[in-house]
Amino acid sequence: MNGVQLALHTLHRGERHLATELAAVADRHRDEHEVHHVAHDIAGWSREHVRRLAEAGAGHGLDLEGPPDDGSSHGGTDGVLAALRHNVSELMGHRLDPGLLLLRDLRDLHVAAAHNSVHWEMLAQVAQATRNSGLVDLTASCHPQTLRQMRWTNTMIKNVSPQVLTSL
Amino acid sequence: MESSVDRIGDPWGSRVPHGRHQRWRARVDTFLTDGVEPDMVQDWVRAASILHSDGDAMDIAVIDGRMAGVRGRADDRVNRGRLGPKDLYGWQANASPDRLTRPLVREGGRLVESDWETAMGRVTARSRALLDDRGPGSIGFYTSGQLFLEEYYTLAVLARAGIGTNHLDGNTRLCTATAAEALKESFGCDGQPGSYDDIDHADVIALFGHNIAETQPVQWMRILDRLAGTDPPRLLCVDPRPTRVAREAAVHLAPRAGTNVALLNALLHEIIRTGRVDHAYVGAHTVGYEELAARVRDCTPRWASGICDVPAARIGEAAELLGTADRLLSTVLQGVYQSHQATAAAVQVNNLHLVLGMLGRPGAGVLQMNGQPTAQNTRECGANGDLPGFRNWQNDAHVADLAAVWNVEPDAIPHYAPPTHAMQMFRYAEQGSIRMLWISGTNPAVSLPDLARIRSILGQERLFVVVQDLFLTETARYADVVLPAATWGEKTGTFTNADRTVHLSEKAVEPPGEARPDLRIFLDYAARMDFRDKDGGPLLPWYDPESAFEAWKRCSAGRPCDYTGLTYDKLRRVGGIQWPVNEAAPDGTDRLYTDGIDWARPDVCETYGKDLVTGASDGVVEYRSLNPDGKAMIKAAGYVPAHEEPNSKYPFQLTTGRTLYHFHTRTKTGRVPQLNEAAPDVWVEIGEADAAARGLAEGDLVEVRSPRGALRGRLRVTGLRPGLLFVPFHYGYWDTPGGSGPGNGPASGRGSESGKGSGPDGGSGPDGDTPGRAANETTITDWDPASKQPLFKTGTAALTLVERGDGRQAPAPTTTASAPADGTGTRVRPTAGGPAAHASQIRSSAWDPSGGER
Repeated sequence: MNGVQLALHTLHRGERHLATELAAVADRHRDEHEVHHVAHDIAGWSREHVRRLAEAGAGHGLDLEGPPDDGSSHGGTDGVLAALRHNVSELMGHRLDPGLLLLRDLRDLHVAAAHNSVHWEMLAQVAQATRNSGLVDLTASCHPQTLRQMRWTNTMIKNVSPQVLTSL
Repeated sequence: MESSVDRIGDPWGSRVPHGRHQRWRARVDTFLTDGVEPDMVQDWVRAASILHSDGDAMDIAVIDGRMAGVRGRADDRVNRGRLGPKDLYGWQANASPDRLTRPLVREGGRLVESDWETAMGRVTARSRALLDDRGPGSIGFYTSGQLFLEEYYTLAVLARAGIGTNHLDGNTRLCTATAAEALKESFGCDGQPGSYDDIDHADVIALFGHNIAETQPVQWMRILDRLAGTDPPRLLCVDPRPTRVAREAAVHLAPRAGTNVALLNALLHEIIRTGRVDHAYVGAHTVGYEELAARVRDCTPRWASGICDVPAARIGEAAELLGTADRLLSTVLQGVYQSHQATAAAVQVNNLHLVLGMLGRPGAGVLQMNGQPTAQNTRECGANGDLPGFRNWQNDAHVADLAAVWNVEPDAIPHYAPPTHAMQMFRYAEQGSIRMLWISGTNPAVSLPDLARIRSILGQERLFVVVQDLFLTETARYADVVLPAATWGEKTGTFTNADRTVHLSEKAVEPPGEARPDLRIFLDYAARMDFRDKDGGPLLPWYDPESAFEAWKRCSAGRPCDYTGLTYDKLRRVGGIQWPVNEAAPDGTDRLYTDGIDWARPDVCETYGKDLVTGASDGVVEYRSLNPDGKAMIKAAGYVPAHEEPNSKYPFQLTTGRTLYHFHTRTKTGRVPQLNEAAPDVWVEIGEADAAARGLAEGDLVEVRSPRGALRGRLRVTGLRPGLLFVPFHYGYWDTPGGSGPGNGPASGRGSESGKGSGPDGGSGPDGDTPGRAANETTITDWDPASKQPLFKTGTAALTLVERGDGRQAPAPTTTASAPADGTGTRVRPTAGGPAAHASQIRSSAWDPSGGER
C-alpha cells in the first residue's frame, strides 16, 4: 500500500466511523433536540465523504465500502442494532447522568472529527506532493466540513458543560 | 371629513391615497365606549400599541379613572393617526372581571389567594436556598415581548449580575430571534437597517413570509394607500397562504414549507446571471460575494422549482422584479423565522440587498421584522439571549465595559458561553438542573412546541414555578406562586417598535386590586435579595420608570442602540423617535448604513458569527481574517431538507400562524368581545384540491394529528397551497368548558392534595372533556441552530374527519388569509363587527405638512 492509498484508507475508515457515531448520538439523544437534529444533518457530510473517498479509492486501486446506513430506517439489521443501542443507552441513562453521557458523546465526536481532520491534512499534503489534482480538490471540498463538525462539537461542549458540571 | 366604519368587517378602513415620495397623510381613528363622545373625555393619555410590533401611537381616553377608548396620534411618524383592530378594541381587556388582583400561592396542591409579603417571601426564600445549595445556574428567567424597556433592563441586571445566572431569555425567542441573528450575521450587529418610511419611496416591495396585512395592519394601510395613489409599488409576496398581500401582489410565490433557502438561492442565482449585481457597492462594502456566487451557481429556477413546487417561470419573474427595482424594500417575518433554515434564509434576503446595493437610501432597505410589541427591547436590554447594549459576550472588553456600567467585577457577569436560550432552559428544567423558573408575561403552556412535553416540565414537583401575569393563564395553573401584574395603560415606560421608533407609554388608570407594575415587582425582588455592586452599594439604585430609563441610557451610551439623546420629556414633546439618538443625531436616525457599515469591525461587532447550518460559534480569529475592515458579510448557505417530511402516515405539511384579530395566546384579545367574536375558536385551513380529494367541506370537524399530539377544529377550505394545513396558534384552554372562562374568577388550582405533579386540572390542557385545541399540541421540538428560534412551520400531520359540518361554518375570519376559496360552493357568513365595532375615521388636511413633499 502506497502513501496515498494509506491516507485514503485511513480516512475512509475514520469518516465511516464518524458517520456511524453521529447517527448513533443523534439517536441516543433524541431529547437533546439540537444535538439530535444537527448530528443527523452533519452525519450526512461524513457519509458523503465516505462515498467520495470510495470513488477516489477506486481510482487508486482500493476497494472501499460505501457509506453506512443513515440510521433512520426502522427495518433490517441496522434498525435492530439501533434499537438495541437505544435500549442500552436507556439503561445506562438511568445510571449515568444524562448530561454527563451527552458530554462524553460530544467529546468522542470531537476527537473522532479531529482524527479525521488530521488525516485530511495528510491526504492534502501527499496529494500536493504527488501533484494529484483530483485529490487536492477532494480535500479542499471535504476538509472544511470536517472542521465545521469539530467547531460544532466544541461549541456544544462549551455551551453545555457549565450547566452539566455545576449541577452534579 | 368623518366617517364611521366597522373595523372588524373592514379592518384597514378607508384609503387616503398617496403617491411615491410623498409624505403619508394622516387619518385619525378613534373608538370610544358606547355612549361616550369625545368632549366627555377628561384626559387623553399618551401610549403606543402593545398588541403587535408596529408601535402605533395613540392616546387613551380616561373618564373618572377608567379607560373609555383610544385615538390614534396624527402627529406620529409610525401611524399618522391610524389604528388597527387590535389597537381599537384591545384596551377593553384591561377591565376584564377575571384580572388577577391578589398574589396566589400553592397550598396543599391548590393555588390560594395570598398577599405580596407571603408571595415574595416564598420567591426569595426559594431563590436563596437554591443559590446556597445548587448555585446560580439552578435559576432561570423566561420573560416576554410585552413588558417595557425599563423592566427588561432591570430584569437583565438582576438576573445576570444579581443572581449571576446565564439563564434569561424572552418569548421573543419565538418571534424575533432570527431577525436579530440574521442582522448580526450580515452586519456584525443587531439593528434594523430600514425605516417604515421606505414604504413611501420604494417602487418594489418584497414580503418574505410576512403577512403584513394581519401582523402590522397599519403599515399595510400605508401600502394600500400607495397602491391607490400615483406611481404605485409592485409587490412580491412569498407565502403559502392566499393572504391579502398575495392578492395585491404582482408576483405571488407559494413554496412548500421549509424550502425558503432553495427559493432565495434561485433568486440570487438569477440576479447574478442577469447581471444585476451592483459590483461597486459589493466591492466597497461587503466581503464574501465570491463564495455566494459559487454557492448559487447551480441553483437555477428549474432546480428550485423541483424543491419548492413553484413554477420556474414564476421564480424568474420574481427575480426580474427584484433585479429591476429602482428602490427595493424587503420585509421578512415568521414564514422565514419560524421555518426550517430560518437564519440562513433571512440572511439570503440581506444578501439580495447587499448584492443589489439596496441599502441606506429612502426606499432601499431591509426590515427584518419583529412579532411582538417590545421584542426590540428584549434584544437591546439583554433579556433575549444577548448582553445589554448589543455587547459581544465573547469580547472581554465589552464585558469589562458592561461591568463598569454596573460597577461589578467582570466575572460577576456570566460570559463563558452564550446566554441560554429559552428552549435550552426548558431542557435544563426537564433534566432537573434548573429548579426555579420565573415566567413573566408569557404563556409557554400554549405558545411553545410540543405542549404535552411543556406541561410535563412545568408540572414537575421539583421545579419551583413563578408566574407573573394579568390572568390565570394555562401556565399560571402550574405555578407555585402567581404574581398579579399591571399592564399597558396602568404603568409608565418606553418601548421600541420594529423600525427602532421609541415611544413613551404612560399610566392612564390604576391597576386592579393589588396588581403591580412588573418594574416594581422586579425592584422589590432585588431589594429583598439585597443585590449589591462591588462597593457594597445597591446593584439596582433606580426606583421608578424614569430613573430606570436614565440607568439604561448609561448602558446604551456609545452602542448602536444609543438612547442618550432621549428623555421622557422629549418623548412627550416629539412622539416616536428612531434610535440611535445622541449628540450626533439629536432627532434620531431614520436609516442605518447610509454611508457604509458601522458596527461590523472586530472590536465593535456584537458577534463573531455562527455556522448557519450547525450553529457553531466562530471566534475572533476567524472573524478578523474574514472581515478585518468591518464590512457587511455576504454569507452563503446551501439548502438542507427539513427534518420532518410528509410520509404515508402523516401526509400533510403543517404550519401554524396568526390571525389579524388575536395576539399571542389570546389572554387579552380573547377577552375583548369584538375581537373574540371575529375569531372565537380554532380552525383548520386546507386547500381546495386537498379538500375535494378527501370529500371534505367547510365546517367539517376534523382532527389534525402529528407524531406529538392532536387537536380538533372546524375546516375552512381556502386557496392554501396543496399538501399543506394551517392552524392558528392562539387558542389554548382557559376558555374551554373545563377551564376558567372570563368572569369565573381565579381558578383554584389542581384539586389535588398531592402537589402539582398529579396531572392537569381544567383549563391548562386537553382532558377527557376537552379535546386538543392548541396548535402546539402537534408541533415538533426543533429550532434553528443559529438563532435558536423554534420552528413552527415545518412539521407534518394527518387529517381525519370527526363529524360533518352539516351547514355549520368554521369560526375563521373571512376578511383575511382565512377567506373561503371562491369555488367551495358554500355560503359563508362574512365577518362583521356590527354596531359594537363602529369606529370613527377622520381625514383632515389640517394635519398635513405644507407642501406634502419631502
